[in-house]
Amino acid sequence: MSYGPNPWVQQHWDFRAAMNFIGGGAGCGLLIASALAGGPRTLQQACLLLGLALVGVGLLHVWAEIGRPWRALNVFINPGQSWMSREAWVAPWLMLAGAAALFFWPVAAGLAAVLAAAFLYCQARILQASKGIAAWREPRLIPLIVVTGLAEGLGLFVLLAAFWQGLDVGAALTLGGLLLLRLLAAQRWRAALAAGRTPTRTLTACDRALRPLYAGSVVALALLPLALLLPPGVAAAAQALAGLVAALGGGVFKFLLVTRAAFNQGFALPHLPVRGVRRSSATHGATE
Amino acid sequence: MTKWTMAVDLRRCVGCQTCTAACKHANATPPGVQWRRVLDMEFGEYPEVQRAFVPVGCQHCDDPPCLPVCPTTATKKRPDGIVTIDYDLCIGCAYCAVSCPYQARYKTERATFAYGKASEHEALRHDEDRLAVATKCTFCVDRIDDGLERGLTPGIDPEATPACVNACIAQALVFGDIEDENSNVSQLLARSQHFRMHEELGTGPNMRYIWDSTDPIPEPLAAHRETSTETTP
Repeated sequence: MSYGPNPWVQQHWDFRAAMNFIGGGAGCGLLIASALAGGPRTLQQACLLLGLALVGVGLLHVWAEIGRPWRALNVFINPGQSWMSREAWVAPWLMLAGAAALFFWPVAAGLAAVLAAAFLYCQARILQASKGIAAWREPRLIPLIVVTGLAEGLGLFVLLAAFWQGLDVGAALTLGGLLLLRLLAAQRWRAALAAGRTPTRTLTACDRALRPLYAGSVVALALLPLALLLPPGVAAAAQALAGLVAALGGGVFKFLLVTRAAFNQGFALPHLPVRGVRRSSATHGATE
Repeated sequence: MTKWTMAVDLRRCVGCQTCTAACKHANATPPGVQWRRVLDMEFGEYPEVQRAFVPVGCQHCDDPPCLPVCPTTATKKRPDGIVTIDYDLCIGCAYCAVSCPYQARYKTERATFAYGKASEHEALRHDEDRLAVATKCTFCVDRIDDGLERGLTPGIDPEATPACVNACIAQALVFGDIEDENSNVSQLLARSQHFRMHEELGTGPNMRYIWDSTDPIPEPLAAHRETSTETTP
């Protein structure tokens, strides 16, 4: 069987794994955003419900992907080392705090937000700990995943808030700032990949994955002033659209990052075997 | 302290895949799963083309990236350096598989057989425990442990040596204790130039690829090298 030296896209994690990062990121971001932004109780409840549902859907997708779902509780065994275990430990407490805030104890929303931040950070570290995938192991992916989750969550909050109230200047500025941070984090991650010995195929795939993130960020940034300045009816539409594209941009990026840009390391020979005449040496393989 | 290492002499490997077949026979891996596989790699452009056959598999790294990511502690590292998987603990999340820079890990979701229906020997050796969990090369750890109990020397005595090493028709695969400076593998590596794959990732792989001897370049060849206009493949 010949694989040649070139990397290929990993086949172990598919859209189900991607859904965990999409749902978990957006859901946690929404829980954090709603806790910080405040607003009417019904809006808070809608945010809590959607946030917990997104996290839950992501975890259900992972559960559907693992080979031995009926021994899934083993995932709790190694919190001392594994970020996946740590994520699993945070998840039930996040759900409990979120449910408490949703149904009978609104103050618990703050605790849920803290746990959501921990969950989101675990997700970023899960990806970065995967040494076999060049696009993931770059440390600058961590701030990118975190800020993407926060921007998605606040985007969803802005979307939901359009049905309750006009766009708060503070929320608009925060979302705008997060989107700018997301763009900056994406640039820094891409630059670090290019500066490292990242295979060309990975770079190309990462560029493709970044397109929706860039597009979503720029379009949302353009819509936010309109949501503040236009008459109420149109402004609400612009607000909802800004929130939606901010969230979609991040979600599609993570989907592509997991399923399309996840080229493995391939194989490389720093030296070719010497048979007969010795040749000049250079690293061979894993460059395309 | 013992540290088992495999040396692969790239100059000797002819890509016959006998090691792959021997591994499949010894470990009863299903179709598509090759704990020991041989890459057929081609470099350069005509007329400067070179071909290399590269046996790969689990490198039993000093700092295996598959180990800390495992949420279940199914992946462990023994004191002798062999990285193992506890099939009863593994949940088949494949996190280890995406963490391995050597593409050494497999996960088979359902039982498959070479010709559809299980043959007699496939049925006999089929192991449900290895379905939907991570699997990989074990350096034939059972043979090593059993051989050591019987006073045999892995890498020297075939009964205590990984099946792929025993089967190699060109003696391209050599196995032994790299901590023992008198072992076969230490002696071979001492007189060879070798590298470890993806060493820049800091995993400390324990498969060492021999690409040349340490002998000085013979005069005529050295002259040829200086005057040659060949480009890097």
